[in-house]
This record gives sequence, structure tokens and C-alpha cells, in this order.
Amino acid sequence: MSNRRLLWPALALVALLLLNLVFTPSFFALRLQDGHLFGSLVDILRNGAPTLLIALGMTLVIATRGIDLSVGAVAAIAGAVACTHIADGGGPVTAMALALVLCAVLGLWNGFLVSVVGIQPIIATLVLMTAGRGIAMLLTEGQIVTIDDDVYRQVGAGFLVLPIAILISLAVLGGVALATRRTALGMLVESVGVNPEASRLAGVRARTIIWTVYVFVALCAGVAGLMISSNVSAADANNAGLWIELDAILAVVIGGTSLAGGRYSLTGTLLGAVIIQTLTTTVYTIGVPPEVTLVFKAVVVIIVCLLQAPRVAPALRRAPAPPKAEQEVEEVAVR
Amino acid sequence: MTVIAPPRVPSRFLPVIATFVVFVLTFGAGSVRYEGFASGQIVANLFIDNAFLIVLAVGMTFVILTGGIDLSVGAVVALSTMIAAAALRAGWPAWLTMLAVLATGSVLGLGMGLMIHKLRVQPFIATLAGMFLARGLCFVISVESVSIKDPAFRAIATESIPLGDVSITYSVVVALLVVAFAAYVLHLTRFGRTVYAVGGNESSATLMGLAAGRVKVGVYVISGFCSALAGLLFSFYMLSGYGLHAVGMELDVIAAVVVGGTLLSGGVGYVVGSVVGVLVLGTVQTIISFEGTLSSWWTKIVIGVLLLAFIALQRLIVHRQRDLQGLSRD
Repeated sequence: MSNRRLLWPALALVALLLLNLVFTPSFFALRLQDGHLFGSLVDILRNGAPTLLIALGMTLVIATRGIDLSVGAVAAIAGAVACTHIADGGGPVTAMALALVLCAVLGLWNGFLVSVVGIQPIIATLVLMTAGRGIAMLLTEGQIVTIDDDVYRQVGAGFLVLPIAILISLAVLGGVALATRRTALGMLVESVGVNPEASRLAGVRARTIIWTVYVFVALCAGVAGLMISSNVSAADANNAGLWIELDAILAVVIGGTSLAGGRYSLTGTLLGAVIIQTLTTTVYTIGVPPEVTLVFKAVVVIIVCLLQAPRVAPALRRAPAPPKAEQEVEEVAVR
Repeated sequence: MTVIAPPRVPSRFLPVIATFVVFVLTFGAGSVRYEGFASGQIVANLFIDNAFLIVLAVGMTFVILTGGIDLSVGAVVALSTMIAAAALRAGWPAWLTMLAVLATGSVLGLGMGLMIHKLRVQPFIATLAGMFLARGLCFVISVESVSIKDPAFRAIATESIPLGDVSITYSVVVALLVVAFAAYVLHLTRFGRTVYAVGGNESSATLMGLAAGRVKVGVYVISGFCSALAGLLFSFYMLSGYGLHAVGMELDVIAAVVVGGTLLSGGVGYVVGSVVGVLVLGTVQTIISFEGTLSSWWTKIVIGVLLLAFIALQRLIVHRQRDLQGLSRD
């Protein structure tokens, strides 16, 4: 069942990669130089690492029937805190620790609004999404803070054969997979997403679980923010992580996790994040102006949604004839 | 839904009244603090500078009342300015350009509405796709900013209408007409009542035989149309078309609607509230520009705090209503 849900995203990824091969025959070439692995595929993974990391946290949040719009702003705050601390003469390790602690506090705040006060997740996190960039600007005093620190640069731009950013994201993916699939945690998260009240009555600590996933996604966003700012050795409060929340949500949805909560797929999210980054890279290699990437993203979202829809549709509505829906899908897909 | 009107102010009006009080308080604070703040022209400027936001907030109110959300409005505004600028540059007459812009916005809205209703795609995702599409199309037309030089278009944009001491622009007139028409549709037509019914409980609305599907698609068409109209007003304001216009405007609009007392779960809210919500945000911006030393990012923080305050207020009201209902049943 889970494999069938991942069929379409996987096919889309293969199609994108093959398209690249047609335009750039050397697309799959990998070479080892100075102990670093180079190649287009490595680039895709490296640039996609922050999105993947946030998407992992987002998967768990969405599985509890929530959403976190504030991750981009949190990423910007993390970069701003770390860079201003280093610029003021602090060490890189304390800078990163400070940034992550602040992110955890922001996550606690979001989780408090959602799980204790009971505000709709989309609105509760909208508050921080709006105010967060203002806070980041406040920290950097509206300037782009540039720094020069070799240790800090490793997070986003360093290599251990593979780029360190990829290794961090994959390690988190492995950790989350172990923690949620080898213990009952994943099932509890899903049960909260399906019905929080019933889960609570069944003895699941719904409130604690919801609170935890918001802290986790904020931490993911914090690390992603460190990657983004470390990659360019600067903190840009306005543009760091701009729209990354949308990319992350998109990755989760492309991966087959429903925004209505419940069952989630970490493999799907990995696929989704890689598809989005491959799409961006493909547009570059084909030679289309990078701004037009958005049109392609829209087309991919629409196609993936439509492909998943006919499977969902008959279950949701009983009366209307399903063939009609399929006909529409084909029409749009052909266009 | 009581047949006999309660003697006190019904609690459903409380959020709108609270918003109005906040507006009066912020404006009062500004008047006390700055000389020349409490002038008619400052009030008129609030409307002139935020005419496009008012129109957007009206469209968004319809969508949110049905329990949906429209993330595409900022991008559709940008696309509208781009189409207007490009069409005028190609020598189209002003009226044809405006028609084309309004038609494009409505068609985009229709597309998103059909995706949401027919294919059961979540509003968040469908309008996100619409947002990407509209922004991307801007850059397909032109990556650069295109200025508007058409004399007729510029005349409409800069013409001011004197009203005693103050003067307003045609944009304000358009925005107020939209608000009046929207209030009429919401409260005095079958369509409007169905909007509230669908937002209250979609299954019940469908079982009652209301045209829930048509209304759900309809509100996105309205929002698309309003976005395109706001895009025209915005191009009057900026006199250029650019793919990076109105970035993040959807957040301002959603914030204004929420501050205006509309519940995001649907079914509760008024367009008038959204208009006052826009005015509150506008006043905050005016105060920050009057202060001079405060940087623009304070606007974002203040809007965030206001959002939080109003959400907390709404929670309180909803809780109290539930308590009251519980008591009356006992």
C-alpha cells in the first residue's frame, strides 16, 4: 500500500532525472577530488538538505493534523543569532548552541499555542511567521551580517567525502525513522492526527506529543537556518529561508502524506524534497530563466495532486460517477 | 440563531466591536503623540494607501467564511500588475487591459475552486499551486519591472476627487463600492447565506439542499476577481508591473481578516470587520512612519502581536459562547 502511494512521486523523479540526462549527458557523472565527491547529483542533495531537514519535522507536525508556517522565520532567526554572536567575538559552537536553544524556545511557544491554548495550527504559527522575520531583523539591525569563521562554515559548506549538510539531514532522517518506526512513537503520532480526543481517552498523551513535534520542527528549522547562513557565511534576515515553509509542506504532500493528518511517510518526504530540488536544478540546466521555476513547480504540484485525487475521490463521495473525475484528470494532464 | 433579538449586543458582534475599539485607540494614541496626526487627510490617506488591501480583504473574507484559505492573492496581484503593464505597453486600450486582467484573475480563481471542490485538493495546497503559477507567469511575461506610461491609465491613477478639506482617489471609491456590494451579497442574497452555512457546517448545508459546491467554487472566483481588481488598484498606486510586487501580501490580508474578527474555522465574520482590520494595520504603519526612528521591521512585530491578541480574544469568546450554550441546555 505504502509502495503504491510512492509510485507516482518515484516515477516523477525518474522522469526528471532522465530529462536532465537528455540535456546534459554528463549529469550522472561523479568524481572524487581532494577527498570530496563532486557532481550534479551531489549538488542536488546539498542544496536540498535544508528543505529535507525542515520537511522531516514538518512531516511529523502534519501527521498530527497540524502545520507550521513559521519555519522560514525560525531559520532566519537561527542564522541571525549565530552570525551576530560570532560577529561580536563569540565562539562558533556557543553561537550554534545559542541559536538552537532559542529555536527550541520558539518551538515551545508554537506548541503551547496549539496544544494548550488550542488555537488552529495555521494561525498559531502565522503569528511567528509574521513577527519572526521582524525579530530576525531586530537582531541583525536590518543589516546583512557577514562573518568569517572556518568552523561555522563547515555546517553548510564543509565536506566529509559528502557535503556535511547532506550527512546531517540523512542522520536526522535515520534518527526520526528509528525513533518513530522502531518504537510506538510513530503510531502514537498518527493516532493523535486521526483523532486527538479519542487518543487522549485511550491514554495517549496527545498534548505532550503535539507539543514535542512543534519543538522538533523548530529545531530542524534552526539547523536548516544554520546551514543556509553558514553556506554563504552571512545572515540575511529578509531572504534566508524565504518560502522554505512552502517547499517543505510541498515536499511532504508530494510524498503522499495527507494534510488531514494521520498516516505519514518519511520515505515519501525524502522523495518529495529531492523532487523539488531536482526540479529547480533541471530548470537551470535546461536554460530557462530561474524565476520561471515557479511555473514548473505549480505544474508538478497540480499533476501530483491530480494523480492522487482519483484514488481518494471515490472514497470521499459516494454518488458521483468516478469515471468523470478520471476524464478531467486526463484532460488536465494532457494540457 | 435565536428568533427574538437579545437585548444586549450579541456576542457575535464583539470581535468587530473590539477591532473598532483597537482602531480608535491606536489612532487616538497617534493623535496624542504626533501633531497633525488627527487630520481628515490622514484618515483619507489610510484609505488611499490601503485601497488594494481592502479589496483583497473582502475577497479573502468570502473564502475564509467558507472555512477555506487563499494563499494566491499576493501572486495574483503581481500577475495583474504585470499583465496590465505588458498589455498597455503593447498598445491595448485601457478598458480592454482592465477587462483582460479581471478575466485572468477570475479564471485563475475558478481553476483553484474547481481543484478544491471537484478533486478534493486541500485549499492550502491548491492555492499554493495557484500562487506558484501566478508568480511564475509574471516572470514568463518579463523578468524586469515594466513601467506604465499609458496616459488614460495614468490619468485615472493620479486624478484626485476633492471632498471638502480632504481628497481621495478613484481607488478609494472602487474599494468602498466593493465593500458595499460584498456586504449586500453576504447578508441579503441566497449566495451569501449559503456562504455562512457552508462555513458553519458543510455537510449540514449540503443535506439542507443548499448549493454548497457552487458556493465553494464561487468564493474562489470572487477572491480571484478581487485579487485582480486589487492588482489594478495596486498598479494605479505603483504605476508599474513587476513579478516581485506584493510579496507576502497574502499574510497581511489574512492578518487583517483575522484581526477583523473573522474566525478561520469559517462561518463567523463580517466584511466590515475586515475593512477595520485593514485600517488598524494601516494606522500601525502610519504611526511607525510618523515616529521616524522606528524601523520598518517593527511593523511586522506589531502585526504579529495584534494577531496574537485577537486570536486570544476569539478563543475567549468562543469558550464563553460554548459555556452559555451548555448552561441553557441544562
